[in-house]
Amino acid sequence: MSEPMLRLEGLCKDFGEGPVLKNLNLDVQAGEFLTLLGPSGCGKTTTLRIIAGLERPTAGRVYLEGADVTRLPPEKRQVNTVFQNYALFPHMNVFQNIAYGLRVLRVSRREQKERVMAALKLVRLEGYEKRMPTQLSGGQRQRVAIARAVVLRPKVLLLDEPLGALDLKLRQEMQGELKQLQSELGITFIYITHDQEEALNMSSRIVIMRGGQVEQTGTPEEVYEHPKTLFAADFIGQSNLLHGVLEAGGEDGSLLLNVQGERLPALCDLPVGSRAALCLRPQRVRYGTEPQHGMALRGVICAKEYAGGMQHTKIRLGDRLTLNAVSQSAEMDRYPVGSEVYVGWSKRHAPVVPDDGSLPGEAV
Amino acid sequence: MDATKRDQRFSWLLKLPVYLWTLAFVFVALLYVLGLSFLSRGEVIGVGGEWTLDNYARLGDPSYLRVLMQSLRLAVVTTLICAAVGYPFGYLTARLGRTARSVVLLLLIVPFWTNALIRIYGWRILLMSNGPLNNLLLALGSISEPLKLLYTDGAVLLGMVYALVPFMILPAFSTVDKLDFSVVEAARDLGAGPLYAFLTVTVPLTLSGLAAGCVLVFIPSMGLFFLNDLLGGSKTVLAGGLIQQLINSRDLPMASALSVLMLSITGAVIVVYRRLGGTSDMMF
Repeated sequence: MSEPMLRLEGLCKDFGEGPVLKNLNLDVQAGEFLTLLGPSGCGKTTTLRIIAGLERPTAGRVYLEGADVTRLPPEKRQVNTVFQNYALFPHMNVFQNIAYGLRVLRVSRREQKERVMAALKLVRLEGYEKRMPTQLSGGQRQRVAIARAVVLRPKVLLLDEPLGALDLKLRQEMQGELKQLQSELGITFIYITHDQEEALNMSSRIVIMRGGQVEQTGTPEEVYEHPKTLFAADFIGQSNLLHGVLEAGGEDGSLLLNVQGERLPALCDLPVGSRAALCLRPQRVRYGTEPQHGMALRGVICAKEYAGGMQHTKIRLGDRLTLNAVSQSAEMDRYPVGSEVYVGWSKRHAPVVPDDGSLPGEAV
Repeated sequence: MDATKRDQRFSWLLKLPVYLWTLAFVFVALLYVLGLSFLSRGEVIGVGGEWTLDNYARLGDPSYLRVLMQSLRLAVVTTLICAAVGYPFGYLTARLGRTARSVVLLLLIVPFWTNALIRIYGWRILLMSNGPLNNLLLALGSISEPLKLLYTDGAVLLGMVYALVPFMILPAFSTVDKLDFSVVEAARDLGAGPLYAFLTVTVPLTLSGLAAGCVLVFIPSMGLFFLNDLLGGSKTVLAGGLIQQLINSRDLPMASALSVLMLSITGAVIVVYRRLGGTSDMMF
């Protein structure tokens, strides 16, 4: 692999109230759309601020294209930031805001104008150059903030929850636009969010953070389909998390997870006797009058709810287990509440993760 | 009628004392001064019975003009020094941690618990030829004989800045404190060095505090006559002192005319300030 665009090596940060980052290591390749995903307090904003140079790490190094920039002030780094609250200069109009970085670089007036206009075109805000920030909507301010950063052609663009303040519809629109913008510009994006759906939609790679460390990295598909930890499984997407103890005795030597007396097939290399959790996505749950995926599990449909094109079903297994299932198929919709059905899933799509006893959604 | 409406209906009763007070002791008093300024000087009670513009004509007299110019110059210099000292002070205070800034603000306010006159007497003691400052300098060997510190223009300026600099610091502190520093970080992020970011972002966004501070310093500095008496020995005559002298020599009409002129100057400063977008709630 070629030299990474950005390398974070053993980053630690302590503001004096306990560590925020604990030995964080990360390589970012050129052109990636990398998302730092995690609950609030996991250290993602601190990581971004250290990359930007707005914060000094207590220990560790930051390399940009192989050069150590750990001690460089923010103005000396070819990295720009789109701030969470946009941080537009309230006393300057849109043109002056976007031209600010160019003015610092003493770019000629003509080039300033050309580049600002090109940036405005990129974010589809032509004709707004004379407006003041207060005269813009949230979405428009967002675009100005992006234009102001990309006009400098940074090597890495940092985006700190840039869509957090926008309403749902605008957010979804901007997600598409940002992704398109990134592929047009070819700039490496490091994007922060606590919204797992946003992360899954936009990123080429997701870094799940927890308590100042990297929990798991991978493509959206990898982290969604193959979470490696209970935390990752719980944080990304909806899951049935079935906690139990691993036992031997499955077909052809595979393991079983004993979940409150129900023995469920578990595909994993964890040791027998250890605590584990089966992570089963609701849309992976199949049921019907025939055995599903070769499993002889039986359950009773105990509740049904129709929600916007999706059928949500609760299925009771044994005495104490309830599974959530989601389907779009008319076939699975036809069983009324109270029907007894076969339940099953593809073992490959139900990863088993070690149960370290951590609480779901916990911050540190 | 609900309770709120009834409350509003009778709220004027509560406001009445304020209005009456203002009417009697500000409005009527000002009208009285304005009226006096158009009267001739009298033998017995200091005021004659004839309407005249003479008092205003006499303001054009070179000796009066010189006093006015001296007062204006002192006020402007005081304001400039207060701005140069007070704005950075306010800025740095706002950048301090919670505890440290409370301590600084408290230290700033504590002197106000003592009468201004008494504090100025403190300065007199400090600046006397056998006072602590001279003694210290003599002991250190920096000087061989006591410096003349008291009864100089410098002492007056020092007293003015001392008395008025809090009125610059507080509005400066207040605007810097309210500034969202992420815009300064954004400027740094976009390539600006610390000084450039300060000059292009911080200063323009806190200019309102600086302007408010200038108005709050300039206006009283036009009239603080007792400082000149106590620290300057009244060798340089200022407008405030002149008004006092005129009253003592029973020329009330002339004193009134000069007062009206001073009020007009300070009033004009406020009008300009308001025109430029300043608010009336200058302090906090």
